[in-house]
Amino acid sequence: MSGAGTLELSGIHAGYGDFQALFGVGLHVAPGEAVGVVGPNGAGKTTLLRVISGLIRPTAGTLRFGGQDLAALPAHELPGLGIAHVPENRRLFPHLTVEENLKVGAYTPSARRHFQQRRDHVYTLFPRLKQRRHQLAGTMSGGEQQMCAIGRALMSGPRILLLDEPSAGLAPLVVQQVFELVRRIRQEGLTVLIVEQNVAQVLRIVDRAYVLETGRVAAEGSSAALAEDPVIRRSYLGGH
Amino acid sequence: MDPFLLEALLNGVLLGGVFALPVLGLNLIFGVVDVIWLCYAELVMVGMYAVWFLYTQAGWPLFLAFAICLPLVALLGGLLHVLVVKPLLSAPPINQVLATGGVLFVLQGAATLIFSTDFRSLGVEMPPIELGEVFVSGTKLAAFIAALVGAAVLWAFLKFTYVGTAIRAIARDREVMPLMGVDPRRIYLIASAAGGALAGLAACLLVVQLDVHPFVGLSFGPITFMICVMGGLGNMLGGFLAAFLMGLIVSVGGFYGSTDLSYVVAFLFFILVMFFRPRGLFTR
Repeated sequence: MSGAGTLELSGIHAGYGDFQALFGVGLHVAPGEAVGVVGPNGAGKTTLLRVISGLIRPTAGTLRFGGQDLAALPAHELPGLGIAHVPENRRLFPHLTVEENLKVGAYTPSARRHFQQRRDHVYTLFPRLKQRRHQLAGTMSGGEQQMCAIGRALMSGPRILLLDEPSAGLAPLVVQQVFELVRRIRQEGLTVLIVEQNVAQVLRIVDRAYVLETGRVAAEGSSAALAEDPVIRRSYLGGH
Repeated sequence: MDPFLLEALLNGVLLGGVFALPVLGLNLIFGVVDVIWLCYAELVMVGMYAVWFLYTQAGWPLFLAFAICLPLVALLGGLLHVLVVKPLLSAPPINQVLATGGVLFVLQGAATLIFSTDFRSLGVEMPPIELGEVFVSGTKLAAFIAALVGAAVLWAFLKFTYVGTAIRAIARDREVMPLMGVDPRRIYLIASAAGGALAGLAACLLVVQLDVHPFVGLSFGPITFMICVMGGLGNMLGGFLAAFLMGLIVSVGGFYGSTDLSYVVAFLFFILVMFFRPRGLFTR
């Protein structure tokens, strides 16, 4: 399973101080795949992404990307390896303009060399951002901020994009737009790992998904299989 | 208008420009590292001694002494960060303040030991310049222009470079920075060195106006901290504007009363601001 850009986690234990959030989580994402992680609030989904991008150190388990051990690296070196993380609540810099937010996203030396080209690409993906390039990020709507946060992550030229609840706090119509954009991004060949509570929506854009419950993988499978699964339907899709 | 009042107003603006540099430096460091360098004015004092020594004792050209002063104090700022602040980053704020306060006494003591408590003067004075009815000191005008240039360079650095943009970002959200590929520890060091460079520039501008002695920091240190708090700690633009406001208060206060009284007026104004705008004049 270990390919050039494969993300592999096995037996990951992690938490905050005395509180343990993940109990032996295993997961893999192959290059070009779109994979979802779904589950209820507090299942450890955000913790999982924070472990992958180095913000939290796992207490046990292995974490590899393209065969390289990530656990040994400081978090700020991971964007240079091709891992970009769009954090929960977007975490834009509200007092900087849209373009300045993109500029911070292009901080690594290799990203700086491609700044103009990638910025123009981001503006093609999100024409709204181009219109608002000199506007302060904090003054935009939630959907625009989410696009800006995704654009900021794309500025590092990632091989894999980690998305944490991109639909959170957005109006239903805007949620549709954001998912549509994620679909387009992955059509460009980018690997995507997306954490969502909006299970019905996310299963439509990913190939496979993991169901995380209280820090453990409770189920995994293709989107189609999970969408058909009676337990999943009852718990997450409001089906009968 | 009374030409003497006009002169006082003009001098207030010129004084504000000189206050502005250390205010920007302190705000830069506080905004990024979240630590107040209590010994900031003493870094300026070291720079003043460096210029005085190179110019009057070693016989260097004045501008060469200035050119050395800037990187020297920048280096000192970097060292202060690495040796004193960095080990205390996760310590309670009071410990950080006490540690940089300790450096203040060490620097004052070292200066006394090496240079004694004598007042040292460069003995440089540019001829006064006549502007209509009023005269301004050429030295003060030159220092003001240099301060504005320094502030403009800082602004351009923060506005247009990747590191500068990251500095403005980190002041708002530290934790998310590694996700952008930014090593916060490196940004702390860069901001500390830049803060030191501003202290170095302030030293060049002050040493032509004030005699240097080990306690010279007391003559502008307290008002610098006051201006920072008035503008809103960490707020660069607020601090910059507050510097001019304070310069005007001190200068115009001195025109109506005496220089000593003008500082009383300035501190009274500060106390009033703290009553009505405790988070700073320019904080939204």
